[in-house]
Amino acid sequence: MNRFEYVRPRSVAEAVAAAAIPGSAYLAAGTNLLDLMKIGVARPERLIDLNHLPDLDIIEQLPDGTVRIGAQVRNADLAHDPDFRQRFPVVAEALLSGASAQLRNMATVGGNLLQRTRCAWFQDTASACNRRAPGSGCDARGGENRMHAVLGWSEHCIATHPSDFCVPLVALDAVVEIEGPAGRREIPLADFHLLPGDTPERESVLAPGDLVVALRLPAEAAGFAAHARYAKLRERTSYAFAVVSAAAALRIADGRITEARLALGGVAAKPWRARAAEAALAGATPDAAAFRRAAEAALAEARPSGDNGFKIELARRIAIRALTLAAAGTPDRLPALPASAFASSSTPRPRGLHV
Amino acid sequence: MSEIQHMRHGSSIGQPVTRRDGVLKVTGQARYAADNHPSGMLHAVLAVSRIARGRVAFLDIQSARAHPGVVEVMVTANRPALALHPDDKSVPFSFSMDLLQDDRVRYAGQPIAVVIAETLEAATEAAALLAPRYEAEPVEVTLDAAGAFVPESVGVGAPAEMWHGDVEAGLAAAAQRIEATYETPLQFHNAMEPHCVVAAWDGDALSLDLPTQGLALTQMRLAALLGIRMEDLHIRSPFLGGGFGSKLLTGPQVLGILAARLVGWPVKLVLTRAQMYGPVSHRSPTRQTLRLGAAQDGALVAIHHHVRTATSRFDEFLEPSAGVSQAVYAAPAIAITNEAVRLDTGTPGFMRAPGLASGSIALESAIDELADSCGMDPLDFRLKNYAEVEPVSGKPFSSKALRECYAEGAAHFGWAGRPLAPRRMRDADGLLVGWGVGTATFPAHMFQAEARAVLRRDGSGLMESGTHDMGQGAWTAFAQIAADSLGLGLDRLEFRAGHSDLPNAGIAGGSAHTASAGGAIHAAGGQAIARLAELALADPRSPLFGAGNVGVVARGGRLLRRDDENRGESYADILARAGLDMVEGRGSAAADAAATERYAMHAHGAVFAEVKVDPELGQIRATRLVGAFAAGRVINPRLVRSQYYGGMIWGLSFALHERAAMDPRTGRIMNTDLAEYHVPVNADVPSVEAILVEEQDPHVNALGIKGVGEIGITGTAGAIANAVWHATGVRIRHFPIAIEQTSRAA
Ligand SMILES: Cc1cc2nc3c(=O)[nH]c(=O)nc-3n(C[C@H](O)[C@H](O)[C@H](O)COP(=O)(O)OP(=O)(O)OC[C@H]3O[C@@H](n4cnc5c(N)ncnc54)[C@H](O)[C@@H]3O)c2cc1C
Ligand code: SF4
Repeated sequence: MNRFEYVRPRSVAEAVAAAAIPGSAYLAAGTNLLDLMKIGVARPERLIDLNHLPDLDIIEQLPDGTVRIGAQVRNADLAHDPDFRQRFPVVAEALLSGASAQLRNMATVGGNLLQRTRCAWFQDTASACNRRAPGSGCDARGGENRMHAVLGWSEHCIATHPSDFCVPLVALDAVVEIEGPAGRREIPLADFHLLPGDTPERESVLAPGDLVVALRLPAEAAGFAAHARYAKLRERTSYAFAVVSAAAALRIADGRITEARLALGGVAAKPWRARAAEAALAGATPDAAAFRRAAEAALAEARPSGDNGFKIELARRIAIRALTLAAAGTPDRLPALPASAFASSSTPRPRGLHV
Repeated sequence: MSEIQHMRHGSSIGQPVTRRDGVLKVTGQARYAADNHPSGMLHAVLAVSRIARGRVAFLDIQSARAHPGVVEVMVTANRPALALHPDDKSVPFSFSMDLLQDDRVRYAGQPIAVVIAETLEAATEAAALLAPRYEAEPVEVTLDAAGAFVPESVGVGAPAEMWHGDVEAGLAAAAQRIEATYETPLQFHNAMEPHCVVAAWDGDALSLDLPTQGLALTQMRLAALLGIRMEDLHIRSPFLGGGFGSKLLTGPQVLGILAARLVGWPVKLVLTRAQMYGPVSHRSPTRQTLRLGAAQDGALVAIHHHVRTATSRFDEFLEPSAGVSQAVYAAPAIAITNEAVRLDTGTPGFMRAPGLASGSIALESAIDELADSCGMDPLDFRLKNYAEVEPVSGKPFSSKALRECYAEGAAHFGWAGRPLAPRRMRDADGLLVGWGVGTATFPAHMFQAEARAVLRRDGSGLMESGTHDMGQGAWTAFAQIAADSLGLGLDRLEFRAGHSDLPNAGIAGGSAHTASAGGAIHAAGGQAIARLAELALADPRSPLFGAGNVGVVARGGRLLRRDDENRGESYADILARAGLDMVEGRGSAAADAAATERYAMHAHGAVFAEVKVDPELGQIRATRLVGAFAAGRVINPRLVRSQYYGGMIWGLSFALHERAAMDPRTGRIMNTDLAEYHVPVNADVPSVEAILVEEQDPHVNALGIKGVGEIGITGTAGAIANAVWHATGVRIRHFPIAIEQTSRAA
């Protein structure tokens, strides 16, 4: 790890001023940043520690019912907040399906949004990677890229954004509050992450020094609470990134879907809002045929970026799964294995495991 | 003597004693090698190659040296001399090492320099500053590489080719036949504790904290390599954070020792997790083709097991996957053939159940496929082909309670009523359910081992043997054997282990450590008791005087007359009267050549697996594993169960998770961390059960012990693969089974 300067600002303004100096990086829990520093992928000259800033770790409900989540709120604290999880169960389910309990206890809301891709060549400084070293090429192409994108990729970069949390957030119209050298602004999460195009090194709209201070979920997003689920396909029962995932949120009245939200994870460089699928679902009866049509619409533009064509059909199926679960109704308690195919399957009690 | 030995069993052996070092471990007081910090200690960090073949053209040594805190950079030019070439293999179990002998790069991850600094951070950053430039050459790193050859032997001297009976005729005449090819992946060692060393020189004397599975072997190899006297080399290895075959001795630790010699200060070297994917051996990939034939009634008529595997360009270890086929099922014709390619990788080596793990998943899958074509229940099929004698050699088994394993495992699992056809069972949530079975097997080995026992005047006992605790519970199991051998309670016994100054306990490998070192301990205790008995029996003042003909029993710190246990006296009294501070006994153990000649010796087991598969998504979970194992005498059922659990979980890992993602263009492994190199997590193993099936073996060794450390992998991996087929109806022959394969079943 390179030598770096460590700055502990006392206010957001101080943090933004410090981070505006080139070579700076914000340090939240460091569960992603420090790993990348250890393998030489990130080499910031200055770390601006966000962990001692006041008021960034607060979850508050605004008078209009909007919930505002400070950037330093820990993933586990948010997922276990009783009000939050009741109003936005799909977000809690996605959070709890990610990483491990230990990581969730540390990881922050801001860090989760801004975590970097898990692309193996991005993480390997001996490989060509346009995202890490612009113009160097993309060694993921032609490599084993089963975890790579099937939507929104470009020949310059086929990486995915790995977050689970962001998937329901983008479905529920979350808004990101940003404080930067040029003042405060806000931007819908749907527009926050950037597709690679020919500038894959630009991963979000943040400019140097920009600090995510909070996330907001509008009051109406809580209107989906009764029919909102996250489904995640992964290669272990727990503690693995999504091969594909989907967040589905429905409003159902008189046996018809009055409004639908659908977003996909693991398929693109950003959490993928499937608006065409949502349009297809509006007014439909919540049944298998409608979900299949919606899934087809969601993946209509998908194409493999390598040997990952199988993900397109799996993405359709995970979308159908999330929609089916959502239509069946959000359970009173989140399953012990959140978002898992084995969520409701009863866990056998081991006999003889401890003598 | 034999009377005494016999009577010494019972009080400790067989008890589920908890780990004697458990409190130390859970409170963090157990001192692992890298926990040692001798004063003045510096930190060494390896720089490793990012290319897999070529040469290092330039290293920016100046920048690295200039980094604050850096003491020295060790490269080819200044690396202290060695007495032997790193490729020398005169000591058994030696493999070629990469000790900066030249600028050649033979595989990705090969050490190319060592930075020594005052802090780990400084050394790490300076290693990055070396920014090597390479002259890279094209690499070949997959099984499809050109130049396949037929090796002379596989594993450790096992024949690469073996023909027994007429396989072709058998296959031609078979009523049912299958031919199928199975692929197992490249796997890397991921013990919790990476390879490490703390080295301190004092002139030509060297003291090491070094986790090793073979203290004496390591001592011999290192002394020869470094050109120092064996007695000047002291190795402490009280605890290993796992070894699994990778810690006999590999190169990188030697670089830490040389770094210490170069700078004249103690040095600590710890490999990073990523650095484990290169120089510390691995399990090579295999491609195995099985041709099996059965008669109308399901009796096997022929087995041909062909293996293609790989070794490095510069050394040889070939995963002996086909060996399993000559030990498990009866067939009049059995053939084993091997071929191999040389790759630009590190040299493969021993990884828990070498050959058997990879071979068993292929054989058990193939047997299942044939059972299916015969329309037979896979358990019935296995029973039909039960080997009453070892198939190829025709030797009787020293003991074999496999039938009982099948029966107890099946009963406990609830195998009866399993539908023959696949894809017939669903759970309440609509998940596909499948059941599979696999036969577990592992040979019972014995290695040379020694021990020294002492009975002291205060009535306490001491046992010394340089045994190795890799986490399996050696501190406890050996102490139990020692306590019984000396007729003492565990609380009266001091047990010394894990140090090269102690008697040579052989190696902790081949699942033979408890049998080998345990045998030596048992014999040493026996000799100490015999000496003590001699003193008493010859002394007219002893209540045991003259009991020679009826014999004595050693128990609870006393020698007792066998014919009248009310007459006896304490060890302390006997020694006091004899005016002695102690009596000593020495013992050794080794394979009994006569017995090995007469009998085939194997542990056995039967593993039953239930998996659930999501019918649309293809995600798999092994919801239930039941293994029933017979491995001779059980010294400590708690520890033995843990070994079986660990093995079975490894088998699950083999079938469903573990795999190194090698980039064939560069030879680099792309998933060198535990986030991406998947092993099962707790949620993947909701229920694992191990049944200890009673088995008495009078031939295998003095204590009747077979090994338990590796067998759990075998059988399990195949049982899971077979359960996946039974759930989905799709036979997947490429491991680990991946979502894209099972989701196609929908
Ligand atoms: C083994 C492992 C498994 C994981 N599995 C999953 C998984 O299954 N699903 C999943 O979703 N995630 C997973 N994660 C990722 C995890 O969620 C992220 O590492 C975590 O959310 C990052 O948060 P942090 O606070 O540690 O961020 P940091 O590591 O501190 O920061 C990450 C990035 O965000 C920037 N940053 C942080 N806060 C701000 C801010 N307020 N404003 C501007 N920039 C900011 C930092 O500069 C840095 O670039 C896993 C991680 C690991 C290590
Ligand atoms: S996919 Fe993107 S992140 Fe991965 S190597 Fe290519 S450019 Fe880099």
